[in-house]
Formats: sequence, structure tokens, C-alpha cells
Amino acid sequence: MFELLGIPPQVLFGQLLLGLINGAFYATLSLGLALIFGLLNIINFTHGAQYMMGAFVAYLLLNLLGIGYWPSLFLAPILVGLVGIVLEKTMLSRLYKLDHLYGLLLTFGLALLIEGAFRQMYGVSGLPYPIPDVLKGGQNLGFMFLPNYRAWVVVASLLICFATWFLIERTKLGSYLRAATENPALVQAFGINVPRMITLTYGFGVALAGFAGVLAAPIYSVNPLMGSNLIVVVFAVVVIGGMGSILGAILTGFGLGLVEGLTKVFYPEASNTVIFIIMAIVLVLKPAGLFGRAR
Amino acid sequence: MIRIISLVALIIIALVAPFFFYPVFLMKALCFALFACAFNLLLGYVGLLSFGHAAFLGSAAYVTGHSMKVLGLPPELSILAGTGAAALLGLGFGWLAIRRQGIYFAMITLALSQMVFFFALQAPFTGGEDGIQAIPRGYLLGFIDLNNQLTLYYFVLAMFVFGWLVIYRTIHSPFGQVLKAIRENEPRAISLGYRTDQYKLMAFVLSAALSGMAGATKTLVFQLASLTDVHWHMSGEVVLMTLLGGMGTVFGPVVGAFLVVTIQNYLAQLGSWVTIIQGGIFVVCVLLFRRGIVGEAMALARKLRKKPEKEDAVS
Repeated sequence: MFELLGIPPQVLFGQLLLGLINGAFYATLSLGLALIFGLLNIINFTHGAQYMMGAFVAYLLLNLLGIGYWPSLFLAPILVGLVGIVLEKTMLSRLYKLDHLYGLLLTFGLALLIEGAFRQMYGVSGLPYPIPDVLKGGQNLGFMFLPNYRAWVVVASLLICFATWFLIERTKLGSYLRAATENPALVQAFGINVPRMITLTYGFGVALAGFAGVLAAPIYSVNPLMGSNLIVVVFAVVVIGGMGSILGAILTGFGLGLVEGLTKVFYPEASNTVIFIIMAIVLVLKPAGLFGRAR
Repeated sequence: MIRIISLVALIIIALVAPFFFYPVFLMKALCFALFACAFNLLLGYVGLLSFGHAAFLGSAAYVTGHSMKVLGLPPELSILAGTGAAALLGLGFGWLAIRRQGIYFAMITLALSQMVFFFALQAPFTGGEDGIQAIPRGYLLGFIDLNNQLTLYYFVLAMFVFGWLVIYRTIHSPFGQVLKAIRENEPRAISLGYRTDQYKLMAFVLSAALSGMAGATKTLVFQLASLTDVHWHMSGEVVLMTLLGGMGTVFGPVVGAFLVVTIQNYLAQLGSWVTIIQGGIFVVCVLLFRRGIVGEAMALARKLRKKPEKEDAVS
């Protein structure tokens, strides 16, 4: 058996896979954040809670209605997205003319509200969600064991990230969206319903978080606090990448996940903080972020 | 005239309060009031929303606790050490965070404070999940026994008044006027020749140091420094106190801190309801009364009097 710098390959590749999976969640979540920020100019602090809601909706669909993983993968994001649309229509839309900080404060309050409510109802201990039958088991690749479900998570997030990129950069709808990000007033003047576009964008960004939540449900236990711990890291990822480009958000997300995985192998003490340290370094060298434009 | 009477009344209330209310509750509220005032210096007067102020409160708490319990330093030196540690941390965080503005500033401070949280979780001297417990209160200046509840109360009150006066003086100094100019229109302040980054950094360090002082005092009161102090929930709470009381007012954060601590006290048994209610207050504040309680009251008083006042009327 060969070794790399004294590290057995199972450990190395195992952690790299874990890093890749974390990276998949970072990418999907920061993509949603970047989309919402682009058009609404608010940072959606509720994103973590909405990711958690995605997992919970999948759990509840399974246990109350007997609806399995595959339908949930579509139903849960739609339901979470609808809740997001209601929030945008009733609350967020009143804040667009004010300082952007109010949007942050409102979504922070909403995150507390939602997480507190779920904690009150389901406690803090995790609830189990089974891996769908098709994806049970794994492949022995010789140098490591690859569980099927984890491979699926990486593939699924790559697919959804690519689809989002394609939608925004290569379709007519996306071109409207990009135009509205640059100059909403002008786009409105061309007869496009910008307020509705804003609502739908928020719904879509939130649905992405819900999708990530369903993907996460079988890996991490379904837990009211699963989002709040993740969202702080995702914020750091967003600062590192800069919110200028879609592709940038995806690359930064996966890249930082891998870096985190590597840190777990070589210097486990720093694995929790490595992303924040990278953020500090990036801020010194390139304050606008790796892919960002100064705003 | 009314102002002097109400000030005297406030002082008398503060002096006799421990005979009517549970002193520990008052001391907790005073510590958080100082914390919120320090935070408000940044949010209300420079317009910078920091989401990581727990890092300063918590790191000062740990340093104070460590120097009291392990190094055996007297309380005054320990508080000084805690405050100094928070100020140094503030210098580092501020240096990084003022490179970005608005929402990014909030996210950066949040991420940096999360780093402090993980450090506190893993570092050998912080006691991990247990925190530093049973910290002795000791003798102030060698002869004032802080184990006496009432003595400690007046000490905490003195610390609060000192911190509050520092903030009051800062706001009403030429330095404070520049800060307000930065809040209103930073490019214009720059074009007038002010090095706004330096002003922002100084305000940040001052705010961090005073937050640290609040944390150090809190450690003496509870004889405990724990992970709660550095968790981002704490950062959220101080935002809530300031928002609820009224940001950009000198008394708002005090009112907000007393209200939030009262809510925590009465609802402590109800578990998650505290979080739900805090979230609800956030939403209501942002949607309905953004000026906070004191801010709205001042606006109302101004309307009743129907006479134009200075833009930044201070109670």
C-alpha cells in the first residue's frame, strides 16, 4: 500500500470526498446568496434556515405522507421557495428603498424565528432520514471506498449549479435578469415586470437552499440547527469569492470545501477555522474577493 | 431644566435600585447595556453594522477570567487586561473589516468572530465546553471586597457610567462629528480631507475595547466565562438590544438591553421561545418602528413640541 506524506490514501481521499461534499453545499448555498444579492441587494440571512427547512420538508413528507426521496427532491425546494416568495411579498419588498442593512436585520430575525420554532417542535437531537434504496451501498475504487449516495450529492449539486449558470448566462430570461441587476429602472422602462422578477429570483435562490437541504438530509441528521452553523461558513465563502460571478461562486464553493478536507488530514486543529483564515488573507490581498468587482 | 431633573432622578433610581430589584439581574442588565452602547457607537454613529461583537465581549471575559483565576491578578488589572485584549482584537478585526462596506462588513465581522469561537472551543486555557468556572471576585484595589453583592453592584454601576461617559464624550467631540459625517456621506467626508479609514478604525477599536470592558465586568459578576459569550447568538443579541432601544441614541441601547435581559429572565424556562420572541422583535422592529423605542419617543416628543430641533437631538 502506498502512502502520501505518511498519510494512508484511504484517509486522504476519504477526507477529500467529505471536503467535496461540503464544497457542494457551499457552492449551492453561495450561488443562491449571490443570485439574491445581485437583484435584491440584500444578504439573505434566512438562507441557513431555509436549507434546514428543505431537509425538514423532506422528512415530514416522508413521515406524514409517505412521499419518498425522489419526489421530495422536487417538491421540497418548490415548497420552501413558495414560503420564500410569501416572505418576499409580505416583508422584504417593503425594505428595498431603505438601507441594505435592514434587509440583513430582517432576515436575521426571520432566521431566529424559524429556527426557534423548529427547535420548539422537534428538539435539537437529529432526526434520521434514510438513504434512497437505489443509492445504498458504494463502490470500491481500489484506493478508497466511495458511498453511492455521496457521489450522487456531488453530481447533483454540480448539475444544479451548471443548470443555474446556463439559465442565467445563456438564456433570454437570464439576460433579463442580468440586465435588471445592472439597471432595474431601465429594464422596467422596457416593459419587463421587475418586481415580479425580483420575487421569483428570491424564490429561486431560496429553492436552491431547500434543494441543498434535501440533499443533506440523508448525510447529516435532520436538525433545526443544521443551517445556522453552515451559513456563517457560507458567508465567508461568499466574501472570498466575491459575489460578482456565478461561476466564481461555484468554483470558490467547491475549492474551499477541498481545502477544508485537506486541512482535516494534515492539520485537524485548524479545519474549523481554515476558511476564515483564507478569508482574512484574501481581504488583505484582494479586498473585492477572488471573482468580485469592487462595489 | 427638565433634563437636569430627569438626570437626577435617573441617578437616584440607579443608586437605590439594588434595594428593590435582584442585584444580579441589575448587574447583568448594566453589563449588557454597556455592551449595547459600545456596539451602538459603531452602528448608530458610524453606520457600520458589526455582526461579530461577541468576539470582543467573549475574549475579554476569557482573559479576565484567566488572569483572575490562574494568574491571581487583582480585579482592576484583570479588567484592564481583558479590555486591552479586546482592543487588540478589535484592531486586528477592524484593520481587516474596514476594507469592505455595508453588508460585506457585517459578514466579515461575523466570520472573524466565528474564528474566535472555534479558538475558544479548542484553546487549552479556555476550558472548552465548560468555560472558566468559579472565577474569584477578589478585592478591588486590595481592600474593597467585591464578594459583597451591594459593593459589586456599585462597582458595576461605576464601570457602566464610566463607559457611557466615554461614549457620550466621543459622540460630542469633533472626532464624533467626523464619524457622523462618515455615516451620512463617506465620499464627501473623504473629499473634505478626512482619512475616513483611520476614523473608522479608531471608532472600531474604541467600540471593541468598551465591549471588552463590559465582558470583563460581566465575568466578575457571574464568575464565569463560557462559549455563550463568544457565540454569534450573542452578536445577534446586542444588535437586537440596540435596534429595539433605538440606534443612534445615547439611551436607546440601555433601554433595549434592560428589556432584552428582562425577557430572557422571565422566559428562561420556556426554552426556544426566547429565540422565537427575539426573532419576532427583530421582524417587528425592522418593519414597523425602525427608530426603536427611544428613537420613536423622541420623534413623538419633537412632533408634539412642533419645534425644529437639532438633527441629532440627544435626550
